[in-house]
Amino acid sequence: MTELHLALLAGAPRHGYDIKHEHDAWFPDSRPLAFGQVYATLARLQRDGLAQVVETRTDGGPERTVYALTEEGERRLRAWLAEPAAAAGSGADEIVRKTIAALHTGIDVRGFVSRQRASHLRRMRELQRNPPGAGAAEQLVREHVIAHLDADLRWLELATELLPSSGQQQPLRTATERNNP
Amino acid sequence: MSTVELSGVSHAYGRTQALRDVSLTVAPGEVVAVTGPSGCGKSTLLLLAAGVLRAQSGRVVLTGTDLAGADEAARARIRRRSVGIVLQFGQLVPDLPVLDNVALPLLLEGHAPREARAAAAGWLDRVGLDVPPTTLPSELSGGQAQLAAAARALVTGPLLVLADEPTASLDTATGRQLLDLLVTSTTAAGGSVVLVSHDNAVAARADREVRLRAGSVVHEVALS
Ligand SMILES: Nc1ncnc2c1ncn2[C@@H]1O[C@H](COP(=O)(O)OP(=O)(O)OP(=O)(O)O)[C@@H](O)[C@H]1O
Ligand SMILES: [Mg+2]
Repeated sequence: MTELHLALLAGAPRHGYDIKHEHDAWFPDSRPLAFGQVYATLARLQRDGLAQVVETRTDGGPERTVYALTEEGERRLRAWLAEPAAAAGSGADEIVRKTIAALHTGIDVRGFVSRQRASHLRRMRELQRNPPGAGAAEQLVREHVIAHLDADLRWLELATELLPSSGQQQPLRTATERNNP
Repeated sequence: MSTVELSGVSHAYGRTQALRDVSLTVAPGEVVAVTGPSGCGKSTLLLLAAGVLRAQSGRVVLTGTDLAGADEAARARIRRRSVGIVLQFGQLVPDLPVLDNVALPLLLEGHAPREARAAAAGWLDRVGLDVPPTTLPSELSGGQAQLAAAARALVTGPLLVLADEPTASLDTATGRQLLDLLVTSTTAAGGSVVLVSHDNAVAARADREVRLRAGSVVHEVALS
């Protein structure tokens, strides 16, 4: 979740409340993010030098601390998106997080989808070449993994169809631009 | 020598540009998957590789012969000797019994009918098509026709198998068995396979994936 918070901060400096709403808008079918988790994560990002406090806003309401991505934070985000998600087991959610984050941040979406596709196909190939044990249960477990890889691959195809052509993709703003909106 | 090599190939049907500047090299023993959405040019690429369609620009070299310099008869000869094609919709000869359909490539090469039919019966058995040998193509289900087409493609022991959605009409288990047979029987003899498919499980059989979109290659990755 750390890197996803970095992606949520990539568009503009935000306070915790904004980040929660941005997250819930990115993933309308997932469980809403808890405020407590957002604040804990932001504190950790700041401690690790991945985000920094740029402003304290009041806007007439309660005081709100606004965070922005640091250059180190952006490097970390790019490194995360440069790696495909693990191709099995708990990988499914990570795939969605990475793809959506790549789409929102505009960081090499096509490259990401292509690498992810290759990584999933490689895993599928490996599984197809190494038959599971002879038992029905072993075969069922194997089929479950293959079916999920296939579902992810189909979903990724959908993502490519919905992608803007490369020329239309917005580059990520630099740290300076981001911190002085 | 590459089994087949397409360089900078383009093809249009009238005003529909089906392929644009596509290059693809298939090495001996290699399995390549060509994937991509409907209408992206996969079947066109396969027909060009087989020399069924003539490239309007670019070059196709099939088992060492530049197809640009080969007339229709010469191209048909190379196809018969070295290439096994499984077309997208089976495409058996309607008036010939299944056994003769499968034996046909051998008969055309001048093999004795008895021998050709015996070999054909062997391949029908291997693909798992269990129907009386006198059955006509019109009496086969879609999946059975696809199995017969695969047997016909393999009967000559080709250097190159070109298969267009070879498992589209088959259930998962039969599809896997057929793929296994297409790939292992061909590569074991040093031959190459090009698999055209929408199906990820088919793509995952390949050593390399070439993905087309709107007539161009958009991604090419090694899977092995
Ligand atoms: N014989 C033909 N005459 C005219 N246009 C054709 C012909 N064959 C194909 N096309 C067109 O060329 C383009 C590529 O077709 P092709 O059959 O190669 O696609 P494909 O990738 O095999 O699609 P599918 O996955 O649906 O089989 C399409 O726009 C199609 O309409
Ligand atoms: Mg086709």
